[in-house]
Amino acid sequence: MTAALRPSAAACPGCAIGVPEAPEVVKDARIMLSLPTIHCSGCISKVEKALNEHPGVHEARVNLTLKRVSVEADVAVTADALVGTLAGAGFEAHELDADTIAATETDKAGRALLMRLAVAGFASMNVMLLSVAVWSGAEGVTRDMFHWISAVIALPTIAFSAQPFFINAWSALKVRALNMDVPITLAIILALVTSLYETANSGHHAYFDAALTLTFFLLAGRYLDHRTRAIAKSAAEELAALEVPRAIRLDDGAEVEVRVAELRVGDHILVRPGGRMPVDGVVTQGTSEVDRSLLTGETVPLFAGPDTAVSAGEVNLTGPLTIRATAVGEDTSLHRMADLVAVAESGRARYTPLADSAAKLYAPGVHILSALSFAGWYLYTFDLRTSLNIAAAVLIITCPCALGLAVPAVTTAASGRLFRRGMLIKDGTALERLAQVDTVVFDKTGTLTQGTPELTNLGDHSRRDLQVALALAEASSHPLATALALAARDARIKPADLTDLTEVPGYGIEGLLKDRKVRLGRASWVGAKAGQMTSTYLHIDGNDPACFTFADRLRDGAEDTVRALIKDGKQVILMSGDTTPAVEGLAERLGITQWVAEALPGDKAARIAALTDKGAKVLMVGDGLNDTAALAAADVSMSPASALDAARVASDIVLLGKTLAPIPEALTTARKSTRRISENFRIATVYNVIAVPIAIAGLATPLAAALAMSLSSITVSLNALRLR
Amino acid sequence: MDVLIYLIPASLFLGCIGLLAFVYTMRSNQYDDPDGNSQRILSDEWDDQPKP
Repeated sequence: MTAALRPSAAACPGCAIGVPEAPEVVKDARIMLSLPTIHCSGCISKVEKALNEHPGVHEARVNLTLKRVSVEADVAVTADALVGTLAGAGFEAHELDADTIAATETDKAGRALLMRLAVAGFASMNVMLLSVAVWSGAEGVTRDMFHWISAVIALPTIAFSAQPFFINAWSALKVRALNMDVPITLAIILALVTSLYETANSGHHAYFDAALTLTFFLLAGRYLDHRTRAIAKSAAEELAALEVPRAIRLDDGAEVEVRVAELRVGDHILVRPGGRMPVDGVVTQGTSEVDRSLLTGETVPLFAGPDTAVSAGEVNLTGPLTIRATAVGEDTSLHRMADLVAVAESGRARYTPLADSAAKLYAPGVHILSALSFAGWYLYTFDLRTSLNIAAAVLIITCPCALGLAVPAVTTAASGRLFRRGMLIKDGTALERLAQVDTVVFDKTGTLTQGTPELTNLGDHSRRDLQVALALAEASSHPLATALALAARDARIKPADLTDLTEVPGYGIEGLLKDRKVRLGRASWVGAKAGQMTSTYLHIDGNDPACFTFADRLRDGAEDTVRALIKDGKQVILMSGDTTPAVEGLAERLGITQWVAEALPGDKAARIAALTDKGAKVLMVGDGLNDTAALAAADVSMSPASALDAARVASDIVLLGKTLAPIPEALTTARKSTRRISENFRIATVYNVIAVPIAIAGLATPLAAALAMSLSSITVSLNALRLR
Repeated sequence: MDVLIYLIPASLFLGCIGLLAFVYTMRSNQYDDPDGNSQRILSDEWDDQPKP
């Protein structure tokens, strides 16, 4: 995460000089911080204590469930100062963009659903108690009174609590379609109408309790479903909020830190080494190298000097650059990629969720069965009241109470399990799609590799060359230099004594070794011929240049993951925008036989589309902007948390940790949960097969309906919980 | 069975109190942080004097 690395506004005293103090505003500022490491009551009180002692803070409140703290403080207090305070207390903290988070804070829909659930639960329990009296043999006036009281409780409750079903059913009927909510609505309404009619005529059976219990159980399923999605959504939004987008704008030479949203075309923006380009632009001043790996998958940094065009998302490596913005916000190449995604988004659209396909079979069946039993009984007895009663009983008994719980109960349990393993399931049907996967496509840079290089030919160099190279490399923060220094230090090399060390941004580092000029850097700069591999060159005056080659460092768990997937019989493909030797080398290292190099973003998506056309179910794992279209085209997609926002948005599952290890387990869990879902459907069907003949025979009493409904719902939920 | 005339309204009234209590707890954000609340009760920080 970049948030912690951002230069702090308050900690830089130079910036404050000359800038007029902002006028004191009475209104407090609200700061949100993410605290990924807190886990106990001790942490809560330590964090709150540390923050409350910070000058200017009025109130700090930790939310352990979301692992966040929200702070009310004076406007002068900055998030960076608070992050520093917490670091002093031993807690890792990152600033969250309050605007992005605000949307999730008050989960209005969730609350409304919980409210309906509570009202339905309250009413169904009261009516159930009244019904117990009727079932145990209340007669005549007493029974009628109990029925009337039940009606008084049930009618307003149904009108309030069952609204979500009515609305869904109505919107389905408007487009002449059937969904699960149509039989539900019909059952509830028919049950209420016949019960009211029976009550008015002092009948024996009233189904008020059944209608309410049905609403209660179905709402419970909906609430579970909503919670799973809300948790995933808030975690995904938190990832987005972690990247507080700020840039340094040069206003007549003065550096001003502004939000990226405020940048305009023509602004001059300073990008420090290590910073990411906030907008598309042209370099006006400075030379450096830029890392385009997130956009294209290339690992070799490219030179950038005056008049070089740069795109948003590229990382500046060595020297400070001043760029003039040519496109901002929605117009940047980063955002234009979204169009590609919209075109490619077919994998998801093709998929019919299990619940929907069940509903398609189920809804017409229920209606036909109920209508047939009504017609049959009417022809047999010519008694409208009896036949309506039986039709209502059939609808209530067959009503997809257990079916409504079958999918959400399992997805909630499975997503909870995977969340604890560091995986965020963003899409409700992602698990079902994941279970079918037989082909796994990996991106290279940033996915299988960490995007940080590793020296590969340390042994090929003389000790003296290494000593000189180490001394030069330690003067730079360029990723290749850092990797070289790390490898040399590990081999216990001591740096040579150099003088006049200077870094030439965009080219390399040079110095003097006892009056001989030494250089470490680009091939053209030191007078060497550039090779195919990622490499840097050392030139000692009078000698031939020496070449240091690098390979990408593997991500944790990459080897194990690939091996486990191949062993599991999956087809594993490597697709990268990087050069052929780099991709081939990695494929050999990991034992991947199929690989594609130098693939453009469109190529990747097209290849995945070709695979799916052949009938393969593709899981795409990628992190870069060049993967976004491919992520959207695949049947199911995953991206690491370090991926660009666009890639994370396009994928169904986000890997929260640094390792790829949970992938094979996720596939197993997905298969298990799909099996549980179909088991649940089978359980619900078995209940129906037993109960429906009883209902059609006219033997179903309200007691039998209540028992069947509760038993099937509880069995289904318990079966889902076995997944934990 | 005339006692039912008092008992049923009484029981419904009591049930309504429970429902209203639930509505109150929901309105005052008491379900926002279930993990935190289960941990906070174990903290002895404010045992001797109430939180100012």
